[in-house]
Amino acid sequence: MSTATLPPPTTTGTLRIGSHELKSRLIIGTGKYATHEQMGEALERSGADCITVAIRRERLIDAEGRNLLDAIDTSRYTLLPNTAGCFSADDAVRVARLGREILTGLENPGASWVKLEVLADTRTLLPDPIETVKATEQLVADGFEVLCYSSDDPIVARRLKNAGAASVMPAGSPIGSGQGILNPNNIRICLEYLKEGDPDYPVIVDAGVGAASDVAAAMELGVDGVLLNTAIAHATDPLAMADAMRHALIAGRLSYLSGRIPKRLYATASSPTEGVIALGR
Amino acid sequence: MRLEVNGEARELETGKTVADLLGDLGVNTNHVAVELNRELLPRAQHTSHALSEGDRLEVVTLVGGG
Repeated sequence: MSTATLPPPTTTGTLRIGSHELKSRLIIGTGKYATHEQMGEALERSGADCITVAIRRERLIDAEGRNLLDAIDTSRYTLLPNTAGCFSADDAVRVARLGREILTGLENPGASWVKLEVLADTRTLLPDPIETVKATEQLVADGFEVLCYSSDDPIVARRLKNAGAASVMPAGSPIGSGQGILNPNNIRICLEYLKEGDPDYPVIVDAGVGAASDVAAAMELGVDGVLLNTAIAHATDPLAMADAMRHALIAGRLSYLSGRIPKRLYATASSPTEGVIALGR
Repeated sequence: MRLEVNGEARELETGKTVADLLGDLGVNTNHVAVELNRELLPRAQHTSHALSEGDRLEVVTLVGGG
């Protein structure tokens, strides 16, 4: 374990979303790992204290299949159940309620919230903005804290916030595509709109991360956190990549807080221009 | 009586409850949630709710996801 190199968790501050306060600004998905053991180790190395889970039919035939809950210490992580696989507001609301029921039984603090994902299309896995807004309204009315997976469209982001979303989570690029932040300008405008007069409103980049540099780049834009899954789970070495993501998040956050220099077209010398020896012959 | 559980047909004795069904299925009741005819059936009602002919149930749990 390389945890000796970990800076204190306070370095990047906590992430507050609704009633939840997370120690890490990284939220990690639990899908697509080769084994439960690999997943557990990767989660540990990522430093995350919040992990996403999906709701699916219990496999009633395959009695040997290990349940995810046998592999996760639910007293250690706040679970964030998602509505992945839903293509309508009504189905997403049903899945959210099922997730809340399971998490309530587990006495996990994640029972109060949901990562709302209402997709439009299996090829792009892009969110359906109309159904997402509808589902947000229904879930907020039902007492959920709703974290909305969205496209990076600032107007949709604002609609979701107005519908009561506890956080809007614009995609950097399509889910699992590893293309990083394709349109940083849109993320910037999302941040402006969502944080106007409400600087603590949490905005999280969800989806698209391929490498650690994408996490740092997202954090440097000023987002409050990053949610990712495939970039770790399908890396050649998921454990080392989990380390990389943890460091990238810290680097990106500190870089953002430190105030970067403006970009200029021409060079400015780093060494003094005065006191140079007599040059030439 | 005939039920549909997670999309598959299943026979159960008349008068049995949701808790009886979950017992037959051998699932860890703490790890699952149940929807009956598209409405969530809270855990507290599992032992009291008797199933009816044609009921459709979804028995779900948590799996890895992003």
